[in-house]
Amino acid sequence: MTELLRAEHAGRTYGKLTALRDVSVAIDQERPSILAVVGESGSGKTTLARMLLGLVAPTTGRVLYHGDDLHRLGSEARMAFRRDVQAIFQDPYEVYNPFYRVDHVLTTPVRKFRLARTKAEARGLIETALRAVGLRPEEILGRFPHQLSGGQRQRIMVARAVLLRPKLIVADEPVSMVDASLRATILETLRTLHEDLGISIVYITHDLATAYQISDAILVMYRAAVVEAGAIAPIVERPAHPYTKLLIASIPRVSTERSWMSEATTTLSGLAATGGCSFIDRCPVAMAGCADAVPPLYRTDADRAVACYRHQASPELVAADLGDVLAGCHRPAKRV
Amino acid sequence: MSRAVLEVRDLRVSYAHPLGVVRAVDGVSFSLAPNERFGLAGESGSGKSTMALAILRMIHPPGHIDGGRVFLDGVELSALDREAMRRLRLAGIALVPQGSMNSLNPVMRIGQQIADALADHGEALSRPVLDARIADLLPTVGLRPDVASMYPHELSGGMKQRACIAIAICLRPRVIIADEPTSALDVVVQRQVMATLARVQRDLGAAVILVGHDMGLMAQFVDRLGIMYAGRLVEVAPIGAIVTAPRHPYTRALVASLPSLEHRGRLQGIPGLAPLLRDLPRGCAFHPRCPIAGERCRQETPALRSLGTDGTVACHAAEATP
Repeated sequence: MTELLRAEHAGRTYGKLTALRDVSVAIDQERPSILAVVGESGSGKTTLARMLLGLVAPTTGRVLYHGDDLHRLGSEARMAFRRDVQAIFQDPYEVYNPFYRVDHVLTTPVRKFRLARTKAEARGLIETALRAVGLRPEEILGRFPHQLSGGQRQRIMVARAVLLRPKLIVADEPVSMVDASLRATILETLRTLHEDLGISIVYITHDLATAYQISDAILVMYRAAVVEAGAIAPIVERPAHPYTKLLIASIPRVSTERSWMSEATTTLSGLAATGGCSFIDRCPVAMAGCADAVPPLYRTDADRAVACYRHQASPELVAADLGDVLAGCHRPAKRV
Repeated sequence: MSRAVLEVRDLRVSYAHPLGVVRAVDGVSFSLAPNERFGLAGESGSGKSTMALAILRMIHPPGHIDGGRVFLDGVELSALDREAMRRLRLAGIALVPQGSMNSLNPVMRIGQQIADALADHGEALSRPVLDARIADLLPTVGLRPDVASMYPHELSGGMKQRACIAIAICLRPRVIIADEPTSALDVVVQRQVMATLARVQRDLGAAVILVGHDMGLMAQFVDRLGIMYAGRLVEVAPIGAIVTAPRHPYTRALVASLPSLEHRGRLQGIPGLAPLLRDLPRGCAFHPRCPIAGERCRQETPALRSLGTDGTVACHAAEATP
């Protein structure tokens, strides 16, 4: 397996605050997949995303691009990284300079990476990229950002990412600021790009339901650490970690069965979170030992790891490396 | 149904815009029964937040209330003078606005902010009585009484949102309007805050209008749902009917666009874009995006009509739908 990108025991602290603790995960180059990173605000998911993008340096561990430390790359390798790994951010309003036409975000990468020799060729590339994300070039080019909707602007960012034919797109909450009706369209676009162009996607979100729809694998994060990881379908259908269970139970369903609010209880175990499991203060099944040390990841199945002492009968995950657990989690080439 | 606590009749709001008049709310009528939880759902720009403000007569220029009447317990609000209307806000109809947790004054303790609301509505209470009242109020929204002495930055998002609900209910209003009260919160906290809102609503015997676009939240919280599209109500029905048998094609698309946790498959967006309110298509505003639109839909705006059930729908082709 050829690794495009690997986080190796990557962690990040800001002074006394731990934003991310010891995550080891790899993105394979040959077998593209969609990996969802799900968690609440402050769980460390954005820190992980920014680390994979090289925007945040780990304070412990390393991030490797083709086996080399991302923060010690030569200029050529750095340029290759900048092309291979693209970002889509949350806010489709803030990424645009309001004084430039939206064409600017598309022509700049074409120029910087010398994707085209002539203006006509550049225009052709840009139009193809826009069509690939379901936009009509004649409705988009020449406009200013304020003349387009949030959904259109976010799709232009996807088009910009596609233009470079990257191997990986890291999308940090790409649809949380667009309307529910448009979310589906944008996420379907991402999935199509994955299927047709073989682009891997790291989908950072707080929305487990959309993650379930488009992803192959998932990392569930809670207070700076991975609490459960593996193939997404078995995790959503049979969550093992008490936090994953709580997360799934908290999603309001479009259903005539209305038990959602009656079950909303804050279970307090009365144990303080000092040095032990970070979920202990909310955990309904906490035991005495949970307060003593942070639980390691236990490999409960070939395609699942859980950081919970309730699963300590399973073997500990070797070197806490999720790469092996996630390796089998890409889906067959074309889905029905 | 018992007598309506709130009745909205033919409410119309427009905004003056250099390129034309924007009709944000275009002839909306509905009523709320006591204790009822009513939802207003739609995409951004469908007029749902404007409607919430218009009920409270809080539309400011360039917005203008063009017409319509609102009754609270039979009292017509449009007939009230400014001062009477001001007193009625919070005391009669309380609003929990969108992003309200960021509307708390950062340099004022929570207790003082509640005391201000009470004082502003003529509740002249002595300090001990006031403190006792606040100490009683906070636990009803799931906050410890000592939160009164804390500043907003010492609270989490969910706690701030609860504090806003506490302010909203401090005068025991008849109607609570909550505009996306949990859109900035995590799902776990969202469930707790909505459960809190449901509990205080029951205890007060108030009616609630929940404004939002999360159909899952609506399905779990409201009794009846109104679907707004381009400033109009296009369907109003009990929530069970909306979930199991939506009649308007737009409602069906909204329900279908919500990702399921039960089945994996293609996500279905709603094709096309929401129309520009200052440049609405002729006929039914939804027809350019509608899968079953016919010639009549391009010519004639459908009125909200009953379909022989307890719901109403504004669609020419509603009979043709399953």
